[in-house]
Amino acid sequence: MNLNLALQKKFCGFDFDVAFRTDSKRLGIFGRSGSGKSTLVNLLAGLLPPDAGRFRFGDRLLYDSAQGICVSPQKRRIAVVFQHSHLFPHLTVERNLLYGYRRIPASERTIDPGELCRVLDISHLLKRSVNALSGGERQRVALGRGVLANPHLLLMDEPLSGLDEKLKYQIIPYLKDVLDRYDIPLVYVSHSMNEMRMLVDEVLVLENGNLASQTSPETLARLRMKECPLGYLNFFSLQNPVPDEHLWAYEWGKNRLTLTHSTSDHKGLFTLASKDIVLFRRHPESVSARNLLRGTVGNIFELDQRIGVELDCNGKPLVATIVKKAAEELGVNPGKEIYAAIKADAFRRVY
Amino acid sequence: MFDLTATDYQAVLLSAKVALTATVLALPVGFLAASLLAFGRFRGKAVLEGILHLPMVLPPVVVGYLLLLLLGQNGPLGSFLRSVGVRIIFTWWAAVAASLVVGFPLLVRAIRIGLEDIDEKLLQAARTLGAPWYDTLLTVVLPLSGRAILAGASLMFARSLGEFGATIVLAGNIPGLTQTIPLAIYDYVNTPDGDHGALALCLLSIGLSLGVLLCSETLTRTLARRSKA
Repeated sequence: MNLNLALQKKFCGFDFDVAFRTDSKRLGIFGRSGSGKSTLVNLLAGLLPPDAGRFRFGDRLLYDSAQGICVSPQKRRIAVVFQHSHLFPHLTVERNLLYGYRRIPASERTIDPGELCRVLDISHLLKRSVNALSGGERQRVALGRGVLANPHLLLMDEPLSGLDEKLKYQIIPYLKDVLDRYDIPLVYVSHSMNEMRMLVDEVLVLENGNLASQTSPETLARLRMKECPLGYLNFFSLQNPVPDEHLWAYEWGKNRLTLTHSTSDHKGLFTLASKDIVLFRRHPESVSARNLLRGTVGNIFELDQRIGVELDCNGKPLVATIVKKAAEELGVNPGKEIYAAIKADAFRRVY
Repeated sequence: MFDLTATDYQAVLLSAKVALTATVLALPVGFLAASLLAFGRFRGKAVLEGILHLPMVLPPVVVGYLLLLLLGQNGPLGSFLRSVGVRIIFTWWAAVAASLVVGFPLLVRAIRIGLEDIDEKLLQAARTLGAPWYDTLLTVVLPLSGRAILAGASLMFARSLGEFGATIVLAGNIPGLTQTIPLAIYDYVNTPDGDHGALALCLLSIGLSLGVLLCSETLTRTLARRSKA
């Protein structure tokens, strides 16, 4: 995706002025509420006319105030998945899904509706009224409706924030699957760092209607560690669990991890808070924690009273946070070998 | 006391015919006008709104007189219609015209209130999925505004049944031709010993209006149930 944009819009008491260009396939827009995220969504989709600027997407010029070009939303081919799905209440699931599909020329319909329904696991819902769906099902149907319009860009505006905390991330594997299979670029808007790290390659951080930074989700997560009570969340993408005396063992690179969770279809994403990792200077011989990893200390960074320690465990990165006093006693320095203990139940399953 | 004469029956049938014709003719334009007021953002919206609502607050006689000036033999529209061989005033079409103008604001207002309840995000979703405004209007707004349209239509129908002031100026009071129920009642009131006839038509008028309201209420409830299911 090649996106080149510089747009201005004045509201009373709020000035939006953002310019950036990107080549990443999955772009995140991150910011607090009131930072201008929704404005950017509306400007991208053409639902809000900018005051001035330019917006080029790939080889199409969608807006240029100097040339008087403003392509209407129905011609932009940018499908939006809204926070509250906004399915058409008078249509069945099937007719909702086909709404955009029927409005593009037959020659451009490259996505097979039946196949997409199987990928999204909504084939059994087709004849239902959309009012009889759960929150997660609604969002999957909304995603399907957007994708079936064969968009040149999929724009998602806080699609998970209306969902149940426990189930909200379950849509992410579906979304990744769909984006990979049909090769659709994504712009993903959210105030959730975790969603950014799971989905996008590059993040734009908005503050007060301006672009504060353009960075990778990893860098942003480390920068924001201070503000998060859990510290930093380590992500583990694990698969093919092997049963191990009521627990489950996974390969993590050349390491072996023991967890209390299993995964349903062999693949899952787990998180581990950096504060749940205990560090030892020497091998502790016996310890109740089921995971003991040997790692080399990489970067060390200060976070108020705590210290963030980056470990390299046989090529896999792991971030732990410890208090300053502990860091002094352990003698944590870059290049030092150290042991990290993690309890089997400290991992949380995301999906 | 229910010994209605032939002209009374004609008045009842004519009233129903006039009210139905006016309502049916007004519906498409009324829906468009209501959509324009509910979703449109343009200069002079307030002025347009004022003009559309004016007949609701003007005395019906004034509306009737203005229509007479417009549609009369020498009026701007009237002379054009005469040149193509159409005469409106003092025919039942004049009663339709009077009802159209007087009832239109009620129709637009009721539909508009219903349209404003529709989530604008749904219309935005339709547009980002490739539907131009007229497509969105037909495939999203129209199906979602059934109750509002029904409410507006029954209000206008009931108002047209009772239209008096504008009708008597524009259509006259010709029994069997332009005499609707209110005009027939007016005739009875002005006739010695006309009390019985007036009362009978009054009761009939009440029954007719009540019937319309009940029908619309039932339909509204059915629609509400369907949109929830």
